[in-house]
Amino acid sequence: MTATVGQEQIIEREVSQRPRGPVQQTVAHAALIALSVIFSIPFFWLVTSSLKIDQQLVAFPIVWVPNPITFDHYIYGLQFVPFPRYVLNTFFICAATIVGTVFSCSWIAYGLARIHWPLRIPLFIIVLGTMMIPFQVTMIPLFIIFRNMGWFNTYMPLIVPTFFGNAFFIFLLRQFFMTIPMELSEAAKVDGANELMIFWRIVLPLTKPALATVALFQFMAAWGDYLGPLIYLSDKDLYTVSLGLALFRGEYNAEFGGLMAASTVMMLPVVVLFFLTQRTFIQGITLTGIKG
Amino acid sequence: MTAQPTQKPRWSRQARHNFMWGLLFTFPVIIGLAWLMIYPVAASLYYSFTSYSIFGAYKWIGAINYRDLLRDSNFWVSLYNTAYFVIFAVPLGIVVGLGLALLLNIKVKGMSVYRTIFYLPSIVPAVASAVVWAYVFDPQYGVLNNILRIFGVFGPGWLASPEWAKPALIVMSTWGVGGLMIILLAGLQDVPQELYDAAQVDGATWLPRFRHVTIPFISPHLFFTLVTGLIGGFQYFTQVHVLTQGQGGPARSTLLYSLYLYQNAFQFFKMGYASAMAWILLIIVVICTALVFRNLAGRVYYGGS
Repeated sequence: MTATVGQEQIIEREVSQRPRGPVQQTVAHAALIALSVIFSIPFFWLVTSSLKIDQQLVAFPIVWVPNPITFDHYIYGLQFVPFPRYVLNTFFICAATIVGTVFSCSWIAYGLARIHWPLRIPLFIIVLGTMMIPFQVTMIPLFIIFRNMGWFNTYMPLIVPTFFGNAFFIFLLRQFFMTIPMELSEAAKVDGANELMIFWRIVLPLTKPALATVALFQFMAAWGDYLGPLIYLSDKDLYTVSLGLALFRGEYNAEFGGLMAASTVMMLPVVVLFFLTQRTFIQGITLTGIKG
Repeated sequence: MTAQPTQKPRWSRQARHNFMWGLLFTFPVIIGLAWLMIYPVAASLYYSFTSYSIFGAYKWIGAINYRDLLRDSNFWVSLYNTAYFVIFAVPLGIVVGLGLALLLNIKVKGMSVYRTIFYLPSIVPAVASAVVWAYVFDPQYGVLNNILRIFGVFGPGWLASPEWAKPALIVMSTWGVGGLMIILLAGLQDVPQELYDAAQVDGATWLPRFRHVTIPFISPHLFFTLVTGLIGGFQYFTQVHVLTQGQGGPARSTLLYSLYLYQNAFQFFKMGYASAMAWILLIIVVICTALVFRNLAGRVYYGGS
């Protein structure tokens, strides 16, 4: 119970400290504004550049505000590589891996959080331990396994592993599942429910926000993944947005306008999702970090 | 707890029951661990002692890959570059992240707006941010050097210069400290106000309060960010691969360990050689993490929870 309260408090209490004096406030504001400006420069540069005409992209000294504004880079710039196709490919991978991750990780986390059996703790520790192993260590054997299975140049190596759990998300969901009082499960058992029913009818409905967090993070991971597609996909028709953008940059290094338009398009879903789900985002980061 | 001695047989049936359910729920991760983790880790150790290249047969060659690595100047350059990157980027990230978190923890209006601005860079896709930064860093047309010029500084060539390419990577990675900042902010918000008040009554000024109240309280969070930062730093790959078209240039200055490993495996197809690199990486990561744990874990203060 204390854990539940603790988690809620972290999110609810935006600010835990007392207001400081006016001088401190002013200094803090000044510092925050200055830092915000510095952190925003790349975004400012990205968006304004994507709207500049070609001469202004390579003007010296630089042009701060595009004049005139042009959308040509969004119309023609995105045709250097078949960008819309890559967007669709990536959305497909995202959808499939979200299904795999949400289902497998909640299923596994239930076994590690809600059932009292001897392997519960040892298995959890092993799962956590795998987070320390760099991907580079398993990368080569995995490539060989999947290649021998005939999965090279398909989405299978990117999708199928998500059905076998992910340490980070299992950890996150386990922490959530632990906060649900065991009395709920016991009461349901008295009424004749088995673990499957409790999982489906009690635990999952109660942890929808956590499942949403996992789906959100998995979307971000799959949308931005680069090394996986880079290793497994050779056919350009199968490329993801990440590979497409890297290919674009490799071949048209100086097409700043098109590159900035493509980067903006690639960032857009992430930024929009962030603004729609800010609370979930911050909550997820906080929760996974805090018990580390 | 409810089990009584007389009910022992019933309890053990319950235990068997639970064991069965436990297995049913965790079998995907058991298969996953064996198939996607334990076997590959073992296989990669085996490959590291073979002349494996994805074309055709491979044979056991003993420690030759490891011997060759020690004589490979690219290996040492990549190790140096990665050490350089980790040694500067990880502490800098923690200092900047903590600084931002401290500022956000002062009750100011519009805190969530600032938080969003600092956090957003950490979630944009790596490839997109690399493409943007390549243009930001452009020595002539990029925004960075043009801003420096306003202050009378003639900016370096950044990614085009062997001396400045690594600092450029560090600047870029510091831009993405948002996630770390959120974790530290959560830690700061857990520090009890009474402790600050008590310290104030005792006449402690800002620095002692920070040193003796804030730091101990958020030490688990600092520890977590240090460990994850180290592990992440050794695996830094995507941005460099995109920025340098997989080359690690100019003049090998951004040839990071993960990039050279990738080149060996998937460009030169020296899978055995790359596996040896992977195992050396694993050992380095384990040693670094163990050192951090040994030297700091004892000082981490878990009193709050």
